[in-house]
Amino acid sequence: MSARAIVVTSGKGGVGKTTTTANLGATLAKRGRRVILIDADIGLRNLDLVLGLEKRIVFDLVEVAEGRCQLRQALIKDKRFDSLSILPAAQTREKDAITPEQFAGIVERASEVADYVLIDSPAGIETGFRNAVAGAHEAIVVTTPEVSAIRDADRVVGKIAAAGKPIRLIVNRLRPEMVRSGDMLSVDDVCDVLSVELLGIVPDDEEVIDTTNRGEPIVLNESNRLRAIYDKIARRLEGELVPFTSFDNQTFFGRLIGAMKAG
Amino acid sequence: MIEFLKRLFGQQGSSATAKERLRLVLMTDHLELAPEMIESMKRDLVELISRYVEVDRERIEVNFERQDRTLAMLANIPILGVNRPNGNGAVTHETPRPQPEPVAGADAPSDAPAAETKPPVRKRKRRKKSQRARTQLPSTA
Repeated sequence: MSARAIVVTSGKGGVGKTTTTANLGATLAKRGRRVILIDADIGLRNLDLVLGLEKRIVFDLVEVAEGRCQLRQALIKDKRFDSLSILPAAQTREKDAITPEQFAGIVERASEVADYVLIDSPAGIETGFRNAVAGAHEAIVVTTPEVSAIRDADRVVGKIAAAGKPIRLIVNRLRPEMVRSGDMLSVDDVCDVLSVELLGIVPDDEEVIDTTNRGEPIVLNESNRLRAIYDKIARRLEGELVPFTSFDNQTFFGRLIGAMKAG
Repeated sequence: MIEFLKRLFGQQGSSATAKERLRLVLMTDHLELAPEMIESMKRDLVELISRYVEVDRERIEVNFERQDRTLAMLANIPILGVNRPNGNGAVTHETPRPQPEPVAGADAPSDAPAAETKPPVRKRKRRKKSQRARTQLPSTA
């Protein structure tokens, strides 16, 4: 049996790749799927920290690639979820410490013991990104509704499309009130410009900073609204038709509020 | 107050500007990333125009220019001669001739005297708004 290997990437840094990977992985695990998260950001590892697993690292991705340990020895099980584990990146190595073939080999081995392998790609379009994409069958591109993030997303979309892999988009950190007043690109605008199928819309939420500080995925928090949002994304990923919450409508009322704020 | 009314009635905030700027910059990005597509378009263009007039293939220039709200393709295609229509009103294809020397007042083909005085044709094409060529370097993996 083989897992779905999905790379989470963005081009631009800081748009929420790691947070998305962690929360989507946790959500899928909560739904009973066996999930392995691979941190492909060699030299700048962070997925362990976001999930609060940084103290438990023994081996890393590069050591698995070099055959210095077994994959299962390097996997860290997240005790809060039954079926979630992560493969941490090496922190003290260079991006080219691993080849695309080695990376794809590791993803393949992980696929034998999981339903989903989510690969947290590094920012940029160089070696680390190429490795991460080489191992995946499909891609999730994360962007925020800002011009620089969208332009960079367009670059990675082009590269992944050229490799013939299907791509879906998560628009992260949307601020609905700014969209309504016409001060932020809407999800429709972003999809229009990028011509990529939409997978999810994640509104900006201050609580993400707080939960990341503690090393807890936000979906652990029962009362947080993002929990339902990530659940919808996970269901869409599994093929369910889940309607999108509309944050887009530029209403007269929204404009009135925007105009009053600006005026 | 004017600002208030502008925002209230129709005129949007900066998101419209962002979308417009993105659309243009991405189109330019895609073109820059696809030199082979531009070459093939140039070839097709020459082939099409050569059905009607004889063009100087060596001196064809195709450029893209960002204008106010659109990206324009500017093609400069020097014409050497006009193909004679045949009896049916269709255009005959001249047999390929050697390229004339690029000397001032270059020899015009004897059967197309009008060519000497004809300025190069400036052909302009606008890309449709919705047209979007996903163009990329061969592969990432």
